[in-house]
Amino acid sequence: MNHTRKAFRTTLMLGVLALSMLVSACSQPGAAPSPSGAAEGGEAAAPGTGGSAIGFIFVGTKDDHGYNQAAYIGSEAVEQAFPDMKVLRSENVPETAEAERVMEQMIKNGAKIIFPTSYGHLEPSLNVAKRHPDVAFFHQGGLKTADNLGTYFGTIWEPNYLAGVTAAQMSKTGKLGFIVSVPIPQVLLNVNAFQLGAQSVNPDATTSVVFTGSWCDPGQQANAANSLIDAGADVLGQHQDCTKTVIETAERRGVMSVGYHTDASALAPEGWLTGSVWNWSDLFVDMTRTAIDGSFKGSIYDGKYRGMLKDDVVQLTDFGASVPEDVRTYVLEQKQAIIDGTLHPFAGPVKDQEGNVKIEEGAEPDAEELEATDYLVEGVIGSIPK
Amino acid sequence: MMIADILTGAIRSGTSVMLASQGELISERAGVINLGTEGSMLCGALGGFAVTVWTGNPWLGVLAGGIAGMLISAIHAFLVLACGANQLATGLTIMFFGMGVTSFLGRGFVSEQIVGFNPVPIPFLSDIPFIGGILFNHDPLTYLAILFVPCLWYVLFRTRLGIVLRATGERQEVLFASGINPKLVRYLAVLAGGFLAGVGGVQLSVAFTHSWVENMTQGRGVVAVALVIFASWMPARAMLGAYLFGAAQALQLTVQQQGLPISPFFLFMVPYLLTLAALLIVERKQRSLMPESLGKVFAGDGAR
Repeated sequence: MNHTRKAFRTTLMLGVLALSMLVSACSQPGAAPSPSGAAEGGEAAAPGTGGSAIGFIFVGTKDDHGYNQAAYIGSEAVEQAFPDMKVLRSENVPETAEAERVMEQMIKNGAKIIFPTSYGHLEPSLNVAKRHPDVAFFHQGGLKTADNLGTYFGTIWEPNYLAGVTAAQMSKTGKLGFIVSVPIPQVLLNVNAFQLGAQSVNPDATTSVVFTGSWCDPGQQANAANSLIDAGADVLGQHQDCTKTVIETAERRGVMSVGYHTDASALAPEGWLTGSVWNWSDLFVDMTRTAIDGSFKGSIYDGKYRGMLKDDVVQLTDFGASVPEDVRTYVLEQKQAIIDGTLHPFAGPVKDQEGNVKIEEGAEPDAEELEATDYLVEGVIGSIPK
Repeated sequence: MMIADILTGAIRSGTSVMLASQGELISERAGVINLGTEGSMLCGALGGFAVTVWTGNPWLGVLAGGIAGMLISAIHAFLVLACGANQLATGLTIMFFGMGVTSFLGRGFVSEQIVGFNPVPIPFLSDIPFIGGILFNHDPLTYLAILFVPCLWYVLFRTRLGIVLRATGERQEVLFASGINPKLVRYLAVLAGGFLAGVGGVQLSVAFTHSWVENMTQGRGVVAVALVIFASWMPARAMLGAYLFGAAQALQLTVQQQGLPISPFFLFMVPYLLTLAALLIVERKQRSLMPESLGKVFAGDGAR
């Protein structure tokens, strides 16, 4: 009797534990970017033409004050620009084979153009793209392409550099905090740009980086924000999909924050400094038009397109009320210098945390080189999995 | 300083799990395993958040969240107790149902802002060095949650109600013979457990994060169930376990900031590894204290 009871108990607790790991693991999208060239093959004519609908899939909800909201706003612009096309949207699409099913359904419903908007939607999209050479795919942030699948993104690290400049000028402690999800190149790039910006005005400034392992886990975000504030950080930045919790937590604790993805200044009337945001609307409309016109192949969008500050694809938001005039003027000068090409945020020499030179003196790496970033720069406190 | 930060973080992030584990403990003491705790927490988190948005009163949010958690656990109670469904399978179903239904109903609340609960330092006590900052600078719901634990212990082990509840989980035949319907006790225990898990969800959404996002509990409800086993069905130990889990979460964030060359991915496992290690130690050291009728449904004559 006692024996079976014990066996049952052991089974039960192991089962429950395995389950708890499973549930938490499900929420942590894997991160193993492997850059590669365009795939070969496929002879279908003009992907993206002849459809009656345009599909958008999002990994989260449309009003997350973040990544998905920015992309959703872009989809609304497409809807307005092409009134005779039906816009199909699917939110909360997981980064699994489920995404393939959603896209197949959209294609059945007449979509010849699909925007998979999350990093992890890339592999499912590549699979669907192979099966439907007549459908054009615009994937957000991907490092791989195919004949009928191009990726687009923006050099959001440019405004992030400017956010770092602003943060360091406003900080009293010189300790900045940055809350991120998983160590993919784009995330590391943002942390590095933020720190380099901060360093440019205060050589002693440091950025403590904390990985939450998730794109949107408010509990861990609040934990991380509190933890960074307790350790002395007085400006928080982030690379998360949903940005609300971090910004609100910072505001409640009386510290400053810089935003990401969308303008969330309304959430923090006191502490909002500025933010790095996407302006997808014009780009989405132009990509859609290119595909409908049958000129996807050979256009700037059939490979890896990266819109820059000068293209207005990425932007720095307005400043918060607390930012004084002299800081605004300085940051805007720096912004103009980036747009003019006289200032490159990653101009060498750039050293990693161990002091190794990663970008040589005089070098100005392009977007493609930067998207292979696998290190954190000097002055960032924290580590990435090796 | 760093230790104080970790312990403060433990209470901040562990309280929602703690409340849910106390609820699960009540349910299991009466003999019903409810793996749907995750679903109850999500319903509570959304219900509490929504009502706080509508009324501006976080206390009404607590009530609503508790009721929401209770309602979904009522489905579990009905299927298990009235229909004799498998407790583990039903619990899992309830968990996924909770995830789905709250994702669907909660879409409009993701961007909402609430005032919610905020830390209220307790006069004098919060000035005590070290301890003061850790224990006495939290939101009112967290204080209540901590005070609830000794109350639950008292009821379980010092009152007739507690005897009845425990007897239901141990020897329901005896209880039945003494003229009390074990099924009724179990219904009430599952409902109470759901209520507490719901309040745990409210703590997460209305007190800790002031946010609602789909699936925001991220496995905390399942951890709560695991903790009850770790705690050998004792309230204080469940609290300890929950705060150990919270401390491990806070620890990994603090360790990351020290710049130590430890992979964050390894650190993400730490809360679960610590819990697993604790389970194994407890298992070796102690005789099983599991309620004897856990998982069984009483079907004696006349009990239907």
